Amino acid sequence: MKKLINDPADVVSEALLGIAAAHPDLGVDHQNKIVYRADAPVRGKVGLISGGGSGHEPLHGGFVGPGMLDAACAGEVFTSPVPDQVVAATRLADGGAGVLHIVKNYTGDVMNFEMAAELVTADTGVEVASVVVDDDVAVQDSLYTAGRRGVGTTVLLEKITGAAADEGRDLAAVADVARRVNAAGRSMGMALTSCTVPAAGQPTFDLPEGEMEIGIGIHGEPGRRRVPLAPAREVAEMLVEPVLSDLDFTGGDGALVFLNGMGGTPMLELYLMYNEVAKILQKAGVTVVRSLVGPYITSLEMAGCSVTVLKLDDELLRLWDAPVSTPGLRWGR
Amino acid sequence: MSAVPTEGAVDVAALRRWIDAFAGDVAEHQEELTRLDSAIGDADHGSNLARGMKAVLAALDSERPATAGALLKRTGMTLVSTVGGASGPLYGTFFLRMGTAAGEVESLDTAALGAALRAGVGGIVARGKSELGDKTMYDALAPAVDAYDAAGDEVGAALRAASDAADRGRDATIPLQARKGRASYLGERSVGHQDPGATSAALLLGAAARTLG
Repeated sequence: MKKLINDPADVVSEALLGIAAAHPDLGVDHQNKIVYRADAPVRGKVGLISGGGSGHEPLHGGFVGPGMLDAACAGEVFTSPVPDQVVAATRLADGGAGVLHIVKNYTGDVMNFEMAAELVTADTGVEVASVVVDDDVAVQDSLYTAGRRGVGTTVLLEKITGAAADEGRDLAAVADVARRVNAAGRSMGMALTSCTVPAAGQPTFDLPEGEMEIGIGIHGEPGRRRVPLAPAREVAEMLVEPVLSDLDFTGGDGALVFLNGMGGTPMLELYLMYNEVAKILQKAGVTVVRSLVGPYITSLEMAGCSVTVLKLDDELLRLWDAPVSTPGLRWGR
Repeated sequence: MSAVPTEGAVDVAALRRWIDAFAGDVAEHQEELTRLDSAIGDADHGSNLARGMKAVLAALDSERPATAGALLKRTGMTLVSTVGGASGPLYGTFFLRMGTAAGEVESLDTAALGAALRAGVGGIVARGKSELGDKTMYDALAPAVDAYDAAGDEVGAALRAASDAADRGRDATIPLQARKGRASYLGERSVGHQDPGATSAALLLGAAARTLG
């Protein structure tokens, strides 16, 4: 596998050097591998931090800025950050109103953020609340799994919750918005190819020509089932059907539809897929009021996509439309 | 004041040899651990643990802890701070709890080492909420501490029994369906694969049997 890297061991730290060079309005703590708003902490505002393994860019560092995250910690590729990083990010983001941890539901992420919240609360008294994102309908939520994974809804949640924090709400209210977004969002992904972790040097799994993986995670975890390659319209059905069967649209809510690229699929194909998804939703009577198309939560160079549908009430819609200014999402100011 | 060495006791130098041996084993088996993790996880167990153990050796070299508790706790803190993923908190908590149980002493007798190992395994259960048969490192560690306790007073024999039990526990993860961690997302497709965490845990006990006995 060919990659644009120097040494596999330096991939994350050298990418952070690039973020610092490209975005002077962001600060980068290279020691702790944290991207933060240069003006952090914002006095009186609830701080929002997230983090996770690297390899999902622009998530999370690309979503740091006014209207979204205050800080993001970068773990090694596909490996959650360690508690020290989360503690340091929490301190950077604390403007006196407490800090919300946005955690994707993976065993390692949950454990490291949990340890960090225990440490920071004991050492500094900063008030911390945590929201765990678990929106992946490919995983059965049962006693026999680690629960649903956090995938596409994370991007939408960071944007909407960031807007709520900007309005000056307190920590409990901001956390409540985050939980409402998580409860209203569902995702399902698929892969055409595997991806290669730089340190491993080999594709994480073999996916022969002519086959695809349905229900894929964002770490190269194999999906729920492997099926023969099919036309985009059939793939769209396979992704949308399980999402819709898990969301109740009878209340007449509008939908935000997020067609996400996994990193190795061109925008041409993503828009083609979006068209297929939109047709299915229209047939199902779902009114799409907002859309987002592009690679925002990726899995290195994996080819494939995921579909996230988020039910939007008036308040969530207003918060989605509020201004945001980050490397990954930017509108309204 | 220095403690009187006990016959057959495990002192700080021996514990250090154990950590060195485990670090060596992890480095040697790094690709195997990553390959096992590719099958049912995310292909990083070998590289993450190798990075963490390298940092542990550097920390122990610069700090030279004088007691069993200090050495084990420094090992745990360093793993928590450097490994990430699930294995960082889990291995880190193992050594932290083991160090707390060992205390600020210069050597551990067979019973004290057994109690410290059991405390470490208890920490893994508390942090990971794992149960026997979930297809995790606990499936290697639980039978190991039981075998240790059942083996009698001689520390070498107890550790060999623990290491053998850990190897069997590791092998017994192959037919299991994973119920914890990323492997659980695979459901039935996790059956037939050896758990990478149980594999590294068996290396940990194997290193102990070679160096502490």
